[in-house]
Amino acid sequence: MTGYLYIAPWLAGFFLLTAWPMMQSAYFSLTDYSLLEPARWIGLRNYRQIFTTDQSFVHSLRATFLYVLFSVPLKLIAALLIAMVLNKNLRGMHFYRTVIYFPSLIGASVAVAILWNNVFGINGLVNQLLSLVHIEGQNWIGTPSTALGTLIILAVWQFGSSMVIFLAGLKQIPGEYYEAAAVDGAGKVRSFFKVTLPLLSPIILFNLVLQTIGSFQMFTQAFIITRGGPVETTYMYALFLFDKAFAHLQMGYASALAWILLAIIAAVTAFIFATSRAWVHYETEGR
Amino acid sequence: MGAARRKSLASHAMLLILCAVMLYPVLWWFGAVFKPVEELSSPRILPLRPTLTNFTEGWYAITNYSFGVFFSNTILLSISVVAVTIVSCSLVAYGFARMNFPLKNFWFSIVLLTLMLPNQVTIVPQYILFDTFDWIDTYLPFVVPHALAGGIGGSFFIFLLVQFIRGIPRELDEAAEIDGCGSFKIFTRIIVPLLVPALVTVSIFCFLWNWDDFFGHMIFIKSIGKFTVGQALKLFVDSQSAAPWGQLFAMALLSILPGAVVFFFAQRFLVEGIATTGLKG
Repeated sequence: MTGYLYIAPWLAGFFLLTAWPMMQSAYFSLTDYSLLEPARWIGLRNYRQIFTTDQSFVHSLRATFLYVLFSVPLKLIAALLIAMVLNKNLRGMHFYRTVIYFPSLIGASVAVAILWNNVFGINGLVNQLLSLVHIEGQNWIGTPSTALGTLIILAVWQFGSSMVIFLAGLKQIPGEYYEAAAVDGAGKVRSFFKVTLPLLSPIILFNLVLQTIGSFQMFTQAFIITRGGPVETTYMYALFLFDKAFAHLQMGYASALAWILLAIIAAVTAFIFATSRAWVHYETEGR
Repeated sequence: MGAARRKSLASHAMLLILCAVMLYPVLWWFGAVFKPVEELSSPRILPLRPTLTNFTEGWYAITNYSFGVFFSNTILLSISVVAVTIVSCSLVAYGFARMNFPLKNFWFSIVLLTLMLPNQVTIVPQYILFDTFDWIDTYLPFVVPHALAGGIGGSFFIFLLVQFIRGIPRELDEAAEIDGCGSFKIFTRIIVPLLVPALVTVSIFCFLWNWDDFFGHMIFIKSIGKFTVGQALKLFVDSQSAAPWGQLFAMALLSILPGAVVFFFAQRFLVEGIATTGLKG
């Protein structure tokens, strides 16, 4: 039983800071609770309101799904392609890896959000560069059709951390596999689809799940760069939830939103795992 | 040979262009902090007439508090969190990796499950809980969860350390046991010294993630005197009707320096840490 002594801190933390809050959150989601007055039971009214009348919920779902749908695949494709180039034992690999990883290191900070705000602003760097080739820019952050795009570019810019994981995976693929494929007459493209992708698929799954879960919770960049606007086109779910809880003090409503987010993330993750049976290849033979 | 050389040149050219494009905004930012106002709307990286006024004025841009206050706040917060995380997570990881107790696998699967739990789900009741403890506007909402092997990245660190401890040969434990060491002595004498590289990785991640935990800081820290750098930057943006970009950029640059310095000194640990944890799952 001494084992329990060692894990006691985690166990206490789990019950006090995760399990109990989750139960409370489930209860609060069925109440009207403003922190200032005691919670008042209202049954499923929060959920009903969210699903039937709340336009912001629709907008935030739309923004969040678009963000996840574009940023995650683009990020992973960039990460995989560059990892394959870096895997060729080039000189200076260390330098390239550091430079490409650097945006991932600083990307989540308020500092970079401020930089982005300026770079895509009306007088920002992007427009200055465009004016060099005589194209008139626009306010990328203030325009509904492009605001979300600036956030997606920021996400894709940080493909370095996924790339590092791909790179480690590529290094584990034995060179003989490619030699065998070449002997069998497979070209570059064919050996990519027949050797690299299948052998890397468990890592693709890992990166996909990690990035998807993370992207659903994006907050800081949307909060600082666009503040959810214009016209709620970048109103990310976490931002919406934050506003309800800490700006409007609708704790019950926010708890309901949190449970819906959890359900969405769980469903999407389960969906990814379900499809993974068809495309993830596990090396089981010869062990 | 010639063809291989040409190919590698092509790869280098491609990578260099990519790096240049990716780093251009950052380099421009590094240059912009030394530019006088009228040069800020130029895509040039190097300033024509370099100046330090962005730093000297930006440092005191927030009334009554210099950025020195915000930096020492953030450093205090991050370092306390790292210190308690190292102790709590290594103890817990040792328990999971080396001890046998009923329901061990069940609890470990819960650790892995909480790895995926979005913190938005618990943040509202946690806020209410900490409010009843009178912990709002202190650093306790960050330190206490980490002391209980939770908080930002807690489950991830347990997982990482468990994987690492499993790689330490059990014969070492057994030899120490024959010499009369109890489990705690084995932990402090055998496991901890061998765990140092993994603990460095944990410390770096823990430091960086807490430094950038703007969401948490904004929810739990209310008075300006206790603000972290991230909050101070946001306050700076909001407090001016026309943002003084040069000063903002200068303070923003300083805010990423500690992370960048830690990264460049310890990047071997960091990059390999990400890579191995990504794979050993």
